[in-house]
Amino acid sequence: MASAYLDFIRIRFLTMLAYRVNYYSGIVIYAINIGAYYFMWKAIYGSAETLGGFTVAQMTTYIAVSWMARAFYFNNLDREISNEIRDGSVAVQMTRPISYLMVKMMQGLGEGVFRLLLLMVPGMIVVTFMFPVSLPTDPVRWVIFFVMIWFSFLINTQLNLMTGLFAFFVENNEGLMRMKRVLIDLLSGVILPMAFFPGWAQAALNWLPFPAITYLPSSVFTGRLAGGDVWNALAVQAIWFAVLIVPILLMWRAARRRLFVQGG
Amino acid sequence: MLAIDVHQLRKQFKVQKNREGLKGAMLDLFKREHTEVMAVKDISFQIPQGEICGYIGENGAGKSTTIKMLTGILVPTSGRILVNGFVPHQEREQFVGSIGVVFGQRSQLWWDIGVIESFRLLRKVYKVDEADFKARLVELVETLQLGDLLNRPVRKLSLGQRMRCELVAALLHNPSILFLDEPTIGLDIVVKTEIREFLKRLNREYGTTILLTTHDLQDIEALCSRVIMLDDGRIIYDGGLEELKERWGKGREVQFQFTDPISLLDVSGLTSGFEGVRWTKENEVTAKVWIPRELNVSDVLSRVVGSAAEISDIKIFETNTDEIVREIYKTGSPEAKEQAKEAVRG
Repeated sequence: MASAYLDFIRIRFLTMLAYRVNYYSGIVIYAINIGAYYFMWKAIYGSAETLGGFTVAQMTTYIAVSWMARAFYFNNLDREISNEIRDGSVAVQMTRPISYLMVKMMQGLGEGVFRLLLLMVPGMIVVTFMFPVSLPTDPVRWVIFFVMIWFSFLINTQLNLMTGLFAFFVENNEGLMRMKRVLIDLLSGVILPMAFFPGWAQAALNWLPFPAITYLPSSVFTGRLAGGDVWNALAVQAIWFAVLIVPILLMWRAARRRLFVQGG
Repeated sequence: MLAIDVHQLRKQFKVQKNREGLKGAMLDLFKREHTEVMAVKDISFQIPQGEICGYIGENGAGKSTTIKMLTGILVPTSGRILVNGFVPHQEREQFVGSIGVVFGQRSQLWWDIGVIESFRLLRKVYKVDEADFKARLVELVETLQLGDLLNRPVRKLSLGQRMRCELVAALLHNPSILFLDEPTIGLDIVVKTEIREFLKRLNREYGTTILLTTHDLQDIEALCSRVIMLDDGRIIYDGGLEELKERWGKGREVQFQFTDPISLLDVSGLTSGFEGVRWTKENEVTAKVWIPRELNVSDVLSRVVGSAAEISDIKIFETNTDEIVREIYKTGSPEAKEQAKEAVRG
């Protein structure tokens, strides 16, 4: 059983590898994204030394690290699930002695591992030569970072599962999926670190799962959070992961009752 | 032992109603109206182990909905289902290990990877022992002649090739019940025949129970000893195929080819006195006569043959299932259905 789930990771990895052009253009896109944010922030800083407690070098590192995390946690499971619900192929998957949601998660993981190893690592090497990125040398920090982006993956995937499952309840969840995507990029801190948000917004965001996806791991990795704060950050992620299991199970159960497979 | 036991099964769907016009659309934004649609209306049937049963009916009659409830995909609104001793939707993950499912219009193979990769993955999903898997694969690949297809990705297979692979995928774990939802849809006659032969063999050698829905009645004629016919969510016939023909096959048709040109009036004159006989002219020298079941065919034949007209050829047509079913679907009149239900009860 467990080996079947591992196979879903492996096969998604191989499938991604099968599309070469996608692969090479992916590396370029990651480098361009990081570059674009670097030049944008450089322009915003102008002659200022620090903004929101970040120096230019720290900001550049923060951006590079955020993208590295995003490479791992990002996936299109919401779209895949909603497509499978709408074209009815979810029915086929439910005739197998295996959990549909777990299979989806494993496929997302296969994609994440692929992007991290084959897109982000070469992308980061290119970026460190071009821009003033300074990655930590402390091995413990690296280990914690990987634990944290594992949680980022889990939380982001949970949000994706929920968004995708909405297709069971509404005729078209396209709008919802787009909204979710923008929300995650904006509120998780990929586009703008939390520190730049006004105080009330920061307070509100502390009650939402988004910062746990990018802001917390990137802050720990770049050293903005240290000591006891690191464990706090990790605890926040773990709590969000546990909390989000509940709505997913409820939605899945409700969906099984209303499931109307398209095409009779 | 019963393979499938269904009692008073019902499935109701809530369907969204879209109101008309701008005003309707605005109202829909705030309060949706729903209509209840009953797709399956309190049906009951039992299928013993080792039977091949055909499940037929028009589009929208509720066939697929029933199959989806039997395979644990849909949760019934009310009623009882027991398949292989399991309640499908409650014990889904254990239950589906003992059944195989093929949806003719949906692939269960992974689109981008080689067929054999899909099979290996399914082996793990169904926890099939490596040795069993190999033996079974060899056998299936041989009977379905898949040898050189195994390494191709699914997207590069033809429909016929894909369908044969789908069958293998559904049978790798040696299920005791096989559900087939329109397995021969869109296939050419050669592949259809191959698949029918294969299913017969499977049933004979392994005693696999097979429930199939189809629109191709030749599937039914070739495979099924029993037919369940559904109309508008209710069972209107459940019994043998021969019986179905007997009950609804209203008559036989005989085609005569004469040596000289004939007129409809002439030939009709030949059978004057026989009640219900109907002639149609095919061309200058050919005419067909329809003989109701109550009449003896040989009586009519001897009258025509004994006449002065010279005959070069005679053909007798037995009403085929296609026509019978078309007739039942088409009449759709309340009394025909009433009659059908009566027949089921009686």
